[in-house]
Amino acid sequence: MKYMLLIYNRPGFAEELSEAERDELFGGVDALMKELTESGELIGGEALADPSQTKTVRVRDGVPAVTDGPYIEAKEQFAGYIMVDCETPGRAVEIAARWPDAKRWAMEVRPLMQQSGTEM
Amino acid sequence: MRADDRVEDLLRALAPQVLGALVRRHGQFDACEDAVQEALLAAAVQWPEEGMPDNPRSWLVTVASRRLIDQWRGEHARREREVAVATREPADLSVVPAPGEERSPGQDDTLTLLFLCCHPALSPPSQVALTLRAVGGLSTAEIARAFLVPEATMAQRISRAKQRVKAAGARFAMPPQAERETRLRAVLHVLYLVFNEGYTTTSGPDLQRADLTGEAIRLARGLRRMLPDDGEAAGLLALMLLTDARRPARTRPDGALVPLAEQDRALWDRAIVAEGIELITETLARAPLGPYQLQAAIAAVHAEAPRAEDTDWPQILALYRLLGRIAPNPVTTLNEAVAVGMVHGPRAGLDLLETLTADDRMTGHHRLDAVRAHLLEMAGDHEAARTAYRSAARRTTSLPEQRYLETRAARMAEAARTDS
Repeated sequence: MKYMLLIYNRPGFAEELSEAERDELFGGVDALMKELTESGELIGGEALADPSQTKTVRVRDGVPAVTDGPYIEAKEQFAGYIMVDCETPGRAVEIAARWPDAKRWAMEVRPLMQQSGTEM
Repeated sequence: MRADDRVEDLLRALAPQVLGALVRRHGQFDACEDAVQEALLAAAVQWPEEGMPDNPRSWLVTVASRRLIDQWRGEHARREREVAVATREPADLSVVPAPGEERSPGQDDTLTLLFLCCHPALSPPSQVALTLRAVGGLSTAEIARAFLVPEATMAQRISRAKQRVKAAGARFAMPPQAERETRLRAVLHVLYLVFNEGYTTTSGPDLQRADLTGEAIRLARGLRRMLPDDGEAAGLLALMLLTDARRPARTRPDGALVPLAEQDRALWDRAIVAEGIELITETLARAPLGPYQLQAAIAAVHAEAPRAEDTDWPQILALYRLLGRIAPNPVTTLNEAVAVGMVHGPRAGLDLLETLTADDRMTGHHRLDAVRAHLLEMAGDHEAARTAYRSAARRTTSLPEQRYLETRAARMAEAARTDS
């Protein structure tokens, strides 16, 4: 099963961390990415730029309206994702629990839809 | 058939034999497997251009052996252990195999290889990946495409699977007699998984995944040839054939799923149906009964009905009950509930479903809701059927299934309005 693990955090929080905390955070990410690469579970992932760089686009009556900033103003913002292919839903949750942001903020585990289907 | 296709078919058939020959000589399954892949790639490039060698198998063994030696030399040079390698290097490595070897039982090697790839130290997905590469002769890129993951991810999985097999101390030999039965079940399960991976593909960008169906059938045919007395190997092949025969009817051109009852049976592949029915009939008459044979028998009963309404449901129900006795499984009970609904009415089917609601393995499973919805629809309870279809639509992670279930829910809403 493929899952997208959505990473949520407060933009800019890393600046407020001590050097040691930052090292632990990035070290934790590196270690987990290495493990997931070696296990053949990692499919991909990306980090997103700061929410202030977002443009939200809405088209109403055929007219696009573009505003600066994210769709939902919230303390915790969508910061990036990793995609994994793992054997059980439990394993996906386990990976999310080990992602450093889960300690301070939150991770969301979302199953991906697939194109295949069985006869009903 | 184009020359390239002929070359490819031949390479895929020879792949496990060449690997078997190499591993028997040199041991080191993981290194040999890499070397054979390289030889297959070289052949795929050279043969269509320069023509087929006189003895394709020898050519592949020779090229793969050379690669293996090159690899060893490289590694050992790095480790500065040339002396050690010189003594280990067999003298005949780069020459054509002895004439006797040409008559060596390539089939036995293929079977041994299948058992090795389906080693219990590996998870089913790893068994599948390794089997497709080492026995099926597919490239890592092809397997990655079929499973919709990046090539690097699949390469990592295969390499890890090989490490595991090595770490488990597995040798290139048939498993001991006492283990053989269990190991054979694992092999059959892997082929079944490969088949399903391809079969559930509907249309669109994933269509190439459907090749997995053909690959599974090819491997199952090979397995049956190697184990002609095994009823389950024959049963699995028959099940695959009878299921695959329905493929042209199971989706509409736009990719929408068509349930069995609504399929245009004129589209079923009659030749494959006939082969499947003959195989399962002959097997049931002689072999001890097993789950794949029973599932094939059920598929055969469906295939024999000219129209959906001609289906012999009492026989299907009896077969599901038998299946539930020899291999209890909640999915079997689910299917049995559908058959009960057809024979004894939807309420009786719903009663049987109730026994599953306490089963952890089915909790939150969309198929339970889908079957409940179907039986409620049969019972004329459109409102409850709509709720159940909606619930199933929310829980499935398959887009075509979701689309089907949502369409069904909308139809129930319409019917409920007409009712009132």
